[in-house]
Amino acid sequence: MTTTTYLVIAVVALIFLVIFQISKAAEYVSVLKGEETSRKQTNKINGFLMVGFLVAGLIGVWYCNEVLYNKTLLAVGSASVQGERVDSMLWVTLIVTGIVFIATQILLFWFAYKYQESDKRKVFYFPHNNKLEVLWTVVPAIALTVLVVIGLRNWFYFTGDAPADAMQVEVTGKQFGWIFRYPGQDKTFGKKYYKVIDAADNSLGLVWKDSATLNLKDDPATHDDIVLEQTMYVVKDKPVKLIIGSRDVIHDVGLSQFRMKMDAVPGIPTTMWFTPKYTTKEMKDKTGNPNFQYEISCDQMCGNGHYSMKGVIEVVTQEEFDVWMAKQKPKYLDIFPDKDPSKKSDTTAVKPMAASMPADKKIIAKN
Amino acid sequence: MSTEAVLQAPSATHHEAHGDHHHEHHHHETFITKYVFSQDHKMIAKQFLITGMVWAVLGGLMSVLFRLQLGYPDAHFSWLQDILGKFWVEDGRITPQAYYALVTTHGTVLVFFVLTAGLSGTFANFLIPLQVGARDMASPFMNMLSYWFFFIASLVMLSSMFVETGPFSGGWTAYPPLSALGTASPGSKTGMDLWLVAMALFVVSSLLGGLNYIATVLNMRTKGMSMTRMPLTIWALFFTAVLGVLSFPVLFSGFILLIFDRNFGTSFYLSDIYINGVGALPNEGGSAILYQHLFWFLGHPEVYIILLPAMGMVSEILSTNARKPIFGYIAMIGSMFAIAILAFLVWAHHMFVTGLNPFLGSIFVLLTLLIAVPSAIKVFNWLTTLWRGNIRFTPAMLFAIGFVSLFISGGLTGIWLGNSALDIHLHDTYFVIAHFHIVMGVASMFGMFAGIYHWYPKMYGRYLNNTLGYIHFWITMIGAYLIFWPMHYEGLAGMPRRYYDYSIWESFKQFAELNRFISTVAMIVFMTQLLFLFNFFYSIFKGRKVTTLNPWNSNTLEWTTPIRPGHGNWVGEIPEVHRWAYDYGKDGREFIPQTEAVGADESHH
Repeated sequence: MTTTTYLVIAVVALIFLVIFQISKAAEYVSVLKGEETSRKQTNKINGFLMVGFLVAGLIGVWYCNEVLYNKTLLAVGSASVQGERVDSMLWVTLIVTGIVFIATQILLFWFAYKYQESDKRKVFYFPHNNKLEVLWTVVPAIALTVLVVIGLRNWFYFTGDAPADAMQVEVTGKQFGWIFRYPGQDKTFGKKYYKVIDAADNSLGLVWKDSATLNLKDDPATHDDIVLEQTMYVVKDKPVKLIIGSRDVIHDVGLSQFRMKMDAVPGIPTTMWFTPKYTTKEMKDKTGNPNFQYEISCDQMCGNGHYSMKGVIEVVTQEEFDVWMAKQKPKYLDIFPDKDPSKKSDTTAVKPMAASMPADKKIIAKN
Repeated sequence: MSTEAVLQAPSATHHEAHGDHHHEHHHHETFITKYVFSQDHKMIAKQFLITGMVWAVLGGLMSVLFRLQLGYPDAHFSWLQDILGKFWVEDGRITPQAYYALVTTHGTVLVFFVLTAGLSGTFANFLIPLQVGARDMASPFMNMLSYWFFFIASLVMLSSMFVETGPFSGGWTAYPPLSALGTASPGSKTGMDLWLVAMALFVVSSLLGGLNYIATVLNMRTKGMSMTRMPLTIWALFFTAVLGVLSFPVLFSGFILLIFDRNFGTSFYLSDIYINGVGALPNEGGSAILYQHLFWFLGHPEVYIILLPAMGMVSEILSTNARKPIFGYIAMIGSMFAIAILAFLVWAHHMFVTGLNPFLGSIFVLLTLLIAVPSAIKVFNWLTTLWRGNIRFTPAMLFAIGFVSLFISGGLTGIWLGNSALDIHLHDTYFVIAHFHIVMGVASMFGMFAGIYHWYPKMYGRYLNNTLGYIHFWITMIGAYLIFWPMHYEGLAGMPRRYYDYSIWESFKQFAELNRFISTVAMIVFMTQLLFLFNFFYSIFKGRKVTTLNPWNSNTLEWTTPIRPGHGNWVGEIPEVHRWAYDYGKDGREFIPQTEAVGADESHH
């Protein structure tokens, strides 16, 4: 242990000792002075502290907001169309609960101060009053009904079917990273089965080989599926539907800028859809942060690397997306190069990006 | 010491007041039967309380350790490594696995061992017989067993801290598959087995206790103590026990299935799993979500198991120290009843983002927000109780007022989270941490402190030091808000909970400074609790002696017992009850105890 540690311990012990001695002395004095008198004195002090706490607290609430508001997502606004509804609903809820918060806290501490013990006051014997009780049953019920109606309308919109023209991306969580799959030109995700997963060559377990023991048949729809890790591309203003799953434990696709979140559960696919409003580039300008990224954070405890389970969503324009997509090569052709039609005609073709990426490597560490 | 002489002097003149308890029950009591295997509900209550306090210190210390990591992620605490060893601290930094183990154990012990066993275990045991007018629990033996099951559960949980692969580290909710597969996380190996055994023993303890509380309240009330004359503490503890008895078995069944999946190759929760370095598992057809339903079927009532006793004690303490009847006694019972019913119908609001059927989700939104109505009734009734009262700020009263303040602050954010469309955004962020720590953690802790300060004279025949009590209250109150209020803002930035380090995240790293501030305040608040602990144990032996039977001028029955009641509580006959517990300031009288017959010219209310 360092000297500072000892010093800190000594100081803390000293403070404890002082507080203890003062408290003991205070009790001693109160007994000598007469308990009634000293009780009344401390009662006044505490009554004063009550109202002091209220004032300091309300100033503190304001100050905290002043310091921290710009660090929240509310300062920038939602990056998805759906998220705007979340934000507006959040403001309505904030106003309703904020009014109740301020009013009840003021009443609580003000009453505590105002009705502190006094010899002059005669207590008002007031055991019940039906009118009042009905009032504060009905008013909260009405306010809550409004909030429930707003909430459920949004809920059914968010959880309802994605528009028919939505782009589809499959997202699979694993300890500790994300795998993305695009359906390719046939717009169909090929079949997969977890028992044919191969960490290096077939991270999702796509069924592209016959297997008698597992009773599987090669599914041609897998042949053009594009499998990627780390970064996923979506198009600005185009709804995107994520089909979410997990390879091992429960994860969660957390997209805070889009105000969306959905668990990734092994064995049970889930879905979520949203419409991005700004490209990554636009968000860099909007937030004034040149390093801005749409990050996918895992929001469900998934093991010791949970905190580093990061993915990136790159929002681009349709043109940029098309250019990017043209460069992607189906995973199938990587594994079976002899099936690649382009290889036969032109062997000098630029090696596509997907192929140059080492499969199933922990990418997070690089960040 | 001269101060001691002054403090103890007044007691000499009142010897007759507290000397009388020696005359009763002269059956042979050894140290073992009196302090260890005691069947006296008051001793069992103290056992629960002190064991709970040990866990509170350990659980609190764990939070200080992981806050150290969050507040100072780049610092190297080599001295910590000297104390804790290499598993926990490597190169002066808390390891990720240790961090998750700390977070998990902190949650488990605070929720179950401190705020369930320590809170309702203590006060249900202590107050039910005393306030309903019974000599002991319906089954003192079962009551004793309840404590000892808790004690063994504590030992097993503690032992899990020392196994080679570490204690369980998958979060206090222990969701499978993570909690089911040792290959997915080292914490899910032996540590998880011990965790499950400890929790199973805990459920047994809690059922033995709960059945006893219910039986006692229903059958052993003294003459005249009708259900609607019971103090609100008893109503609250009664509902708590009912909640526990109906929901803990469901949790237990969830654990049994988990044990089967872990050890006997079943697939209740497992399906389609491929583990890195292990390969594909044979399990198919299970549902990981099933566990969450079973868990939260207890998990949500558990929140009210924690809160209701605090609410009951706060009602009693507010009324006594405002010298005014509790406002809306029947509405208070009604709202507790509503909360107890609704507690069983809202569990899936913890699961809005699991892929739950949206229609089912909408029903749970409705039922969840419905709970705000009885909660609002309670808050307004407490406020009206203070209105035009004559308030004495005893430390207990301060904590009771603090409870109301925290219950409002934390309760209101429940309206945010219970609304599924908002929950999608805020789920599993620091907003949730702020919400449940304020409304369930700190508020219930305040209820527990209020109860300890208020009934300490009855427990030990001495007072706690008031000045220390005031210092304890004000630092804890201010500290609690300083710690948890800013966390709402982290949540509004989407910052996820249970992260070991935020520095690699562009979206969340802006809070480094705030995290350091929160950690610092957390340490100060923790130290302040040590002050309370010192006050507690010091006062058992050296505190100012209680010299009157009824130090708070309270109406309830426990203050009619001798200052240090023996086993059996009352010398001679148990007093008869003639009225409710809240006749304060009636007809110009300061207070009218429950034992006083209703006068012929007394006004009706």
